[in-house]
Amino acid sequence: MTYHDLVIIGGGPAGLAAAVSAHEAGIEDILILERDERLGGILNQCIHNGFGLHTFKEELTGPEYADRYIKKVTDYKIPYKLKSIAADISAEREILYVNGEEGAVSVKAGAVILAMGCRERPRGALGLPGYRPAGIFTAGTAQRLMNIEGYSVGKKVFILGSGDIGLIMARRMTLEGAIVICVAELMPYSGGLNRNIVQCLNDFNIPLKLSHTVTKIHGKQRVTGITISEVDANRRPIKGTEEYYDCDTLLLSCGLLPENELSKSAGVTLDRVTGGPVVDDKLQTSVEGVFACGNVLHVHDLVDYVSEEAERAGRQAASFVKSGKENDKKYITLSVGSGVRYTVPQMIDVNNMNDSVTVRFRVSDVFRDKSVSVCYDDKCVIKRKKRILAPGEMEQIVIKKDTFGDSMPKTVKISVED
Amino acid sequence: MMKEYELTCIQCPIGCALTVTADGDNVAVSGNTCLRGAEYGRKEVLHPSRTVTSTVLTENGEIKRLSVKTKTDIPKEKIFEVMDVIRKTKVKAPVRIGDVVIENVCGTGVDVIATKSVEKR
Repeated sequence: MTYHDLVIIGGGPAGLAAAVSAHEAGIEDILILERDERLGGILNQCIHNGFGLHTFKEELTGPEYADRYIKKVTDYKIPYKLKSIAADISAEREILYVNGEEGAVSVKAGAVILAMGCRERPRGALGLPGYRPAGIFTAGTAQRLMNIEGYSVGKKVFILGSGDIGLIMARRMTLEGAIVICVAELMPYSGGLNRNIVQCLNDFNIPLKLSHTVTKIHGKQRVTGITISEVDANRRPIKGTEEYYDCDTLLLSCGLLPENELSKSAGVTLDRVTGGPVVDDKLQTSVEGVFACGNVLHVHDLVDYVSEEAERAGRQAASFVKSGKENDKKYITLSVGSGVRYTVPQMIDVNNMNDSVTVRFRVSDVFRDKSVSVCYDDKCVIKRKKRILAPGEMEQIVIKKDTFGDSMPKTVKISVED
Repeated sequence: MMKEYELTCIQCPIGCALTVTADGDNVAVSGNTCLRGAEYGRKEVLHPSRTVTSTVLTENGEIKRLSVKTKTDIPKEKIFEVMDVIRKTKVKAPVRIGDVVIENVCGTGVDVIATKSVEKR
């Protein structure tokens, strides 16, 4: 069995940034496994702009953003395999991958970085009633069909779900000459970024109906129309609020799910809220030497944050490969208080931690003029005022090691307070 | 006459809530957290503009569509005119990222450029 210091599963934004930073940290024996025909992952189909403002201080499209990292990977001569699917990972860090040229191959890794990204919640997971005619697509599938394969997806489009991809596709289809009737969102707030509501919906007078869902899909061969209804506070359709719309296409932008089948095969513990691995401040999972970053860890709104997180995972994996042993671990749990859905990382290993840790989290509702507080056990140490907090926008807070003092806290709790 | 606008900045994903007051060409922007926001607020009430991103057909390309963008923003009212030209454009592979695909599109003075490289099939 061949051995590599570091095997990275996935050649999208997370895998690329992790590879670059691990190389810069002195690890040369790296292998990236990518199942698609080119590197870059989802960025290849995200042809709109808005990427890279944090990382490169300029506004790039998805493919341009990917190109910056692909160039580095090629310059550093980091080996990668395309059209190669990782089929299994063991807790001993043995990876089985499959491709058309080599067949099934096992490799052993000094460290593994999980960077498989996420997938869209499909129709089957939404419980939408009605037949199964042609013309129902997840927004990302429609995006790939249009932007890469070159198909026109539909002429009269209804979009369910106000996630960013759905909003981006509302504009994209409008520009290509389709009529986008409306975007309906089950929740009372949008799941996408505000800027996308402005530049993708408002710019083209596309209405956004909050607290609405699709209650019937019409048509047997092809979608002929849909019925939507308003929903109550428990997200149940309200009788008598049904509205019918003629359309030939229904796009679904109803959330993204980290893709962790491989993580499970390695025995990695998953977080029920994020759907991704439970990690410590080094982004190491419950399996030693297996790290995770990007959308496989938790779904991000910004690729810039994916890159930053992946660079951290790359550095940590590199130092794991080089040193092998760490001090005995001593964990502080990061716990979620009121108004917070999850944190990443979920714990901090104080014996091995760096001077500071960036903790990312999402809130559970829209909050105005509230504060984010951080408490060490019962003592509140950070309180930061926020004009607005929304579930669609990831928050972060930096925790410094020297603030722990001599009496190490057992838990660090993040919550939303008045 | 003094006019007040409540805008959401679209320059970056933070999406600051801007208040813009305009009296003719005299524009004041508040609520922004960076210079790009101030510039956006000013432009949005005087001459709104957008960057257009789309794809063009490739002949002999390894993939069917080449992604493109207007190199800078163009007047908002020209979006559909520019799209009409983009939709009729074909390019021959190979194309390099940054290559000019359409020069001075619709007389805007702005080129449409490739945002990815596409090899020959």
